[in-house]
This record gives sequence, C-alpha cells and structure tokens, in this order.
Amino acid sequence: MYYETIIGLEVHVQLLTQTKIFCGCTSAFNPDNPNTQTCPVCLGLPGSLPVMNRKAFRLSLKTALALNCDIARFTKWDRKQYYYPDLPKGYQISQYDLPFSSHGFVEIDTDIEKGETKRVRLIRAHLEEDAGKNMHDESGRGHDSHVDLNRAGTPLLEIVSEPDLRSAAEAKKYLEELKLLLTYIGVSDCNMQEGSLRCDANVNLWVHTDDGQKIATPIVEIKNLNSFRGVEQAIEFEVARQIEEWEKTHAKIGDVPKQTRGWDANRCVTFAQRGKEEASDYRYFPDPDLTPVTVSDEFFAEVKAEICELPASRRRRYRADLGLSHYDADVIVSQGDRFTLYFEQVAKLCGDGKQAANWLTQDVQRELNARNLGVDTFPIRPEVLGGLLQRVTANQLTVKSAREVFAALLTDHDTAYEKDIRADLSTSRVEQIIAERGLAVLTDASAITQVIADVIARNPKPVADFKSGKQAAVGSLIGQIMKELKGADAKLVRQMLIDELSKP
Amino acid sequence: MPAQLSSAVDLIAQLNRGETSSVELTEGCLQTIATQDPNIRAFLSTNADAAIAQAKAIDEKRKAGQSVGKLAGLPIALKDNMCVTGVKTTCASRILENFVPPYDAGVVEKLKAADAVLVGKTNLDEFAMGSSTENSAFQVTRNPWNLEHTVGGSSGGSAAAVAARMVPLSLGSDTGGSIRQPAGFCGVVGMKPTYGRVSRYGLVAYASSLDQIGPFATDVASAALLFEVISGHDRRDSTSVDRPVPASSQTVEQPLTGLRVGIAREHFAEGLDREVEAAIQHSLDVYRSLGAEIVELSLPHSKYAIATYYLIAASEASSNLARFDGVHYGHRAAKFDNLIDMYSASRGEGFGPEVKRRIMLGTYALSAGYYDAYYLKALRVRRLIRSDFDAAFKRCDVLASPIASTPAFRLGELVNDPLAMYLSDIYTISANLAGIPGLSLPCGLSSTGLPIGLQLLAAPFEEEKLFRAARMFERATEWHTKRPK
Repeated sequence: MYYETIIGLEVHVQLLTQTKIFCGCTSAFNPDNPNTQTCPVCLGLPGSLPVMNRKAFRLSLKTALALNCDIARFTKWDRKQYYYPDLPKGYQISQYDLPFSSHGFVEIDTDIEKGETKRVRLIRAHLEEDAGKNMHDESGRGHDSHVDLNRAGTPLLEIVSEPDLRSAAEAKKYLEELKLLLTYIGVSDCNMQEGSLRCDANVNLWVHTDDGQKIATPIVEIKNLNSFRGVEQAIEFEVARQIEEWEKTHAKIGDVPKQTRGWDANRCVTFAQRGKEEASDYRYFPDPDLTPVTVSDEFFAEVKAEICELPASRRRRYRADLGLSHYDADVIVSQGDRFTLYFEQVAKLCGDGKQAANWLTQDVQRELNARNLGVDTFPIRPEVLGGLLQRVTANQLTVKSAREVFAALLTDHDTAYEKDIRADLSTSRVEQIIAERGLAVLTDASAITQVIADVIARNPKPVADFKSGKQAAVGSLIGQIMKELKGADAKLVRQMLIDELSKP
Repeated sequence: MPAQLSSAVDLIAQLNRGETSSVELTEGCLQTIATQDPNIRAFLSTNADAAIAQAKAIDEKRKAGQSVGKLAGLPIALKDNMCVTGVKTTCASRILENFVPPYDAGVVEKLKAADAVLVGKTNLDEFAMGSSTENSAFQVTRNPWNLEHTVGGSSGGSAAAVAARMVPLSLGSDTGGSIRQPAGFCGVVGMKPTYGRVSRYGLVAYASSLDQIGPFATDVASAALLFEVISGHDRRDSTSVDRPVPASSQTVEQPLTGLRVGIAREHFAEGLDREVEAAIQHSLDVYRSLGAEIVELSLPHSKYAIATYYLIAASEASSNLARFDGVHYGHRAAKFDNLIDMYSASRGEGFGPEVKRRIMLGTYALSAGYYDAYYLKALRVRRLIRSDFDAAFKRCDVLASPIASTPAFRLGELVNDPLAMYLSDIYTISANLAGIPGLSLPCGLSSTGLPIGLQLLAAPFEEEKLFRAARMFERATEWHTKRPK
C-alpha cells in the first residue's frame, strides 16, 4: 500500500492597478491608516454603483493569455452573497458560471538537472473584488472589533488549478513559477507580505491498496496561506495528518463533508475551521449593475501584443541558443525580467553565453547580494561587463585578469561612493586598468618566441625528455614561460613551444 | 391665485418676466406644505432654510443677468430614496432612519446645476416596495382628492405633493409602476423614462434592472422639461446609456401626424373597473378625433408579467438590501449576543413586513436548486415580454392602456392582502420588464370624484414621441386643469 498526495491550489493575486476595481480610490497597501482610501462605492453606501476598471480587465486578460487560457469573448459579473463585516455590500462581485478565461496551464520544472517538466492544468481564472479586513482585539480583553475597508474593492485575479500537483515541493514550485510569470508580465507585484498573493490549498490522498484499488480520501481546504514556505509546510503537515486519519477512520471522499482548516505558522499545524456544511449557499446571480463585457478582436490583439517573452520560453531559448545548462537557464530566468535583460546584453556582447551565465550567476549575483542591489542599480553596466568578457572570449584577457578588472571597477565605485562622487566605470576605464596593470594577453609572437628560446636554453633536461618522447615534459616549460610573459594566450604558447621543440 | 398653482413651465416664464421670484414661490410652497401636509403627509422632511437660501441666491443670479439653469428658482421635491449630501435619506425605513449620505445622486447634481430649489423629501413605500405608500415606516400619505383613499405608490409622496400643489415638480422612481400609478391616482402627469436614460447613481436600489427615476408635474410640458433636465449619460452608472437627450420641452407642443395608437386586447380584460374602461375608451375617441388611428394588437406574454416581475424584483432586492446589516451604517440592534445575532436583530428591527416578505421571496428564488426554475426562467419570460413590445411598436407609435384597474382604492383596503396589492400593478409592470418609457396623464374623474389615469407607452428612447402624443391629448381635454379641493 502506498499514498499519493493530490493537491489543487486556488491563488488570489492583486492586480497592479492604480485604483480599485469599481471606483476611483487608490488600491495602494495602507494598513496603518484604516478607512482613508474609501468612497461611497467601496463603502457600499446606499445608491452607489460599481463601474468596471478597464485596466483591471486588461491586466486579467493579459494574465490569462500568458497562462495559456481560453478567453471567453463574452463575460459577465455575478454577485456572491454572504454576510461578513468586511464585505460592505453583503455580496462580493465575482464571476460564477462564465469566467472570462478557462483551461490554461503552467509548466513547471520537476527535475532541473534532468530537464523534466510538468504541465499543471488550470481550471479557470476570474476577476473579482477583494474584501476589507476585520481587525479583532488581540489583548484578550474583549474590546470592539474594527473593520478597515482600504483593501475593499482591490482587483483580484483568482487562478484555480486542477488537482495536478503531487507533493508539497511541486506545489511550491508551481507557486514560484506562477509568481515569476506574473511579475514578468507586470500584472502584480506578488508581494506576499502585503497580501498581493494569497493561496488556498485543497489536499487529499489517493490510497493505493495492495490489491490494486485506488481510494480517494476526503478533501481538506487549507485557507489563507501567505508564504511559499507556509504552503509547503502546511501541505506536508496535512499529508501526515491525513494518513493518520485514514489509518484511524478509513473515511473516503464523500463520507464526511469537505473540511476547511487554517494554518498556524507559529505552531506549524493546521487546525479545523468552520465545516463546509455550515457554509452558505452563495445565491450567485448576474450583477444587474454591471454590463457584460464583450472582448473585441482589436482589444484581444492589443493585449496579446503586450505580453513579453515568458519565463519558460526564455529558459528554452537560453538552452538552445546560448548553450546554457537547465540549471543555469533556470537560475538566470528566476532572477526576473530585468536580470535576464542584463544577462542577454552581456551574453550578446561577449559572444559566449556560458561565460556570461557564469559571471552573472556567480560574480554579479554575489556582488548584488552583498550590496543588496537590483541589477538595474548595479554600478557595472551590462555593456561594460559585456565588453570586458568579450576580451576573454577573444583571448585578449584571462578569466583571472577579468576578475581583477571587475574587482578594480567595484573598488573605484566604492571609493567614489564614499566621497559622494560618481566613479568612471566605462569601457575606457576598463582599458586603462588593463594597461596600468599589464593584464593584456601577449599576442606579440616575437616576444613569445624570445621567452621560449630563453626557457629552452635554461632547461636542457625537460627539453631532452620531450625530444625522447615524454610529452608531459612541456608542462613545466609552459609554466615558466607563462610566468615570465605575465598574461599570454596559453594555447598559443603551448603550440609555439611544441613547434619549436619539434624542429629537427 | 397663489403663484405655485401654475404649471412649472408657466412659473419659469413668470420668473423670467420678473412677475414672481423664487423666494416668493418657495415661501408659497413651504406655506402650502405647512397648511396642507398635516392632512396629506406627503413629506418626510423639508428643508426650509436651505431652500429659501438657495432661492435667494438664484433670484440674485437672475437679477444680475447671469445665465441660470433650466429650472432656475423652481421648488422641487424628491422621493426620499435619492441621496442628497447632508440631507437625511431614509427610504421610509427604520433601518435608514438616521442615514445622512455624504454624496449627491446623479439626478440631484443635475437639479442643482439646473438651479432647482430642493424643498424636501417625500414619503414612499419602504424601499419603494408597495403600491399605496402605506408601507412607509413613518407615515401614511393620503390622497389630496379624498383623504380616505390611497395616493398609490410607491412614489406616493411625490405624486401627492404635486397634486396638492405643494410643489410644482417632483421626482419619483418607478420599478413596477411606482411613478405612473400614483400619478394616475392623484391626477397629475408622471413619467418613467427608458431604462438607462436617467442615472441611477445615488438612487437607493430596490431592483437594479427595473428602477428608473422620472418626473411628476401638473402638465405634460413641465414633465418633459424636468425629464430633459435629469436625463443623460452618467459614467458612474454602467447601465446608463450614452446617447443624446431629445429636446422634449422644445418639441412637446408639436402634434404628431399620422399617429397610430395601439391598444392591447389583454389590457381590457376582466376586473377592469367600468368607469376606468369608459374613460380609456373616451380617450381613444379623443385620439380618433385628433386624426389618430387606433390599432388593436396583442401582448401575448403580458399574463406572465406579474409573476416575472415579482421574481426578478424580489431577487434583486434580496441582494440589494443585504448591505443594510447594522455593521457600517444604519440601524443596529441595541442588544445582541454574537455577530449572526446582531445581523438578524438589526435587520429584524429595521425592516418592515413587506420588505421582509420580498427579501424572503428573492432569497428563496435565488437559492441553489431553485435558481433555474425561478430566476432564470423569469429572465427568459422577460425577454419574451420585451419581444411582444418590439412587435407591437412596429405597428403603432404609442400604446394606450389604463394605469390601474380602478381609481385610488381606500386606505387599508389592500394592505393586508399582498397578492391583491401585487396584482394592482398589472398595467404598469411590463414597461419596467421591457425597459420602455411610459407616461400617465389624467383622463377622467370617477363618479366619486377620483382621478383616472391614461397610460401611454412608447418604444425604447422614444420619450419625445410619448410627450408629444400625451400633449395632443392634454390640449384637447380639460382633465389636467382639475384640482383637488
């Protein structure tokens, strides 16, 4: 007997609009000044009416297209009705039976080293409004609860996956990929701390018995997971708990009502919340205050054209066109859109994708981390780094020397920064450093010939060994020559030395 | 004769000629309210000081030769379900008894821009649910023609205020006949525009897909003028329609040649009061005498209109009224044990029986398992009713019918029989379901001296035609000059 974990995720993403979905109030995160970003519409005052935010719909459409969804050309909004103090109208405007998009997928890497991927299917993505936030007295003294409606009416995209995920790690990977994609296309900042990305997980088991049966256990919904780590931990906890439960009760799906559980991040446990049997009948019906939307061909094409190259495509391109490994391609793409643009510029100038990737993932990344910078504010600009690495590719500079130049540029920057002036970190400064430190690889054949002659003259023993057939004897000779030349093309030196020694 | 006995159009002419002033008019209205309203009880609140101040400012503007709005200086009353900044808006409900909106409804902005003087807010059936204004939580409005009779509803206060000449103009809202039926019962002109013609922004919603604000006046031309002022696109209302507003007040005096007046077989069925029927037949004779052709036709689905209406209106109402939960504004129960208890106690205390009845009906109709059989089916029938009208208006310009099967019934006569009360809306409800404009104008008096109303309906956005056809009748008759004693 063995257990298979079945997971489906519902993700709520706040869209990056200036204003709320149905009114002109700002949708900025502002928990410190409750109820300052409100108006009659988002307060749900009598007589107020919603008007759809065009930008919110546009961003939703863009997202759905990037998620490979089918787009409904006709869509409408419905009222989802329930009572809760953070819901001022007594209903949430959402989409029920005709969501604007459905049947998409997200491709995730299941094994980067082996390049194995998996398609996580999406049931639908729909646009809705966020509720406000209830604030309860946590002193235990039973003071009044308060409601902050700053968040009420923030545009949310709900993305619902099929139960295609098979482990906590896969669930995390899916969320990471989703977040990366959403930030690439600029529809959300996916800031989990500010609640711009929230996740509910539906988890159950398939029990594969020894006699070949497959039994599904009851589905549990874990609500309001607000970190990737929380998602992973909550699912891991829940799987263990459900196995225990199965062994105790042998309850199958349908035997008990669907359960809703919360996640206690401090104690790292899930806990039972209200049972779904108490949950209301939402009495969905089309909102008569909003007109349905018909997506025109022009609008559709316009939004489609706005979508940049997506992460999965970039990974493929970096592997195919620039010869990167699955791992390197993934590391670079995971750093976000700006990082990839920097990388692509460096790779193009230096003419060696692998070399550019090595530098970006090691040297540049290390410095960014140490300085707590984003790639856009990194003092060495991509054209300068690309030019420097191009010299390495062209054998004009050794990797070691390039590192020395790189470090020198950053030292220049740091010194200038302390004096509050700008350092010259241009390509001409690179040339200057190379010249000052004599780092240029010698390509002057006559100088190399001279040193080779000197070293041969001083080392009769290895020379004789070579001539008697001991190929390895050149090693020590090359070492001495390189030491004297202080930066020369090792391949070229080796060839010239062998040619010299091979002369009859 | 006190100035405010004239029609709004005449009053504007008098104001422009300097024969009267807005202050004089407004004071006259307030005086009439003071003497008449204790019997009629049309007003829930008046705004004497603000109104006089506003009137004064407009008089000065006019005197200084500055350009003034189309309704400059005219006193007007608003049904108390339209929001005015800083003025209590109760919907005649305990739950909003002390609610003061921080914003103006779209129509209120337009009235202010037109320099109308807002004198007060009028009574209605709670949340506009009712046909007699007896469902108000605060007071019963009495018919100025006979205080023992109802004014109709739900815009009964606004109809009575104009009928008793307490104001020359008022606004009502019409969800199933709530302007036209009280206009008919009170012997004034009332008009429901095409759905989408007038902004619903700031109108406290009863049934969003049916509600429409419209004018009351003593005559057709004044109603046309007020309609013109309040119409037009409002981007804050997604269902408001962006198309030009006809200059109805300019064209209203032009008779229509070759007018075809349709009558629907279904409108002259059993249950129609003999005097009402005679008045309608006489009205058709008037049209014939004016050269109009009477076209008999059928609205085959009209028999389903009441069932359809009460499913759609109640469903939407059950949702629209969910926001009155005692959390953010409005009535909150003083005693409760927990959240659910707070909700049920606040709503239980705040809503009257008719509102509760419709909330329950709508909640039931939208419930899982019933939605398809009730709400969805009602939407389908609604489309059929609209198609009936589309077909009818290919054969006629306006449809003529009674407003109600009887003149104003007695107070208390139907209030304990909700079904009979619902059935009294039979002639008016279809226009809301179809979204078409409709108008009620006086066409007779019963033997007991109660007004009888003629309803005219037109195709969507044909309000101009509606007013012109109505004015033709009005010019040929004297009914609009009759006033309650």
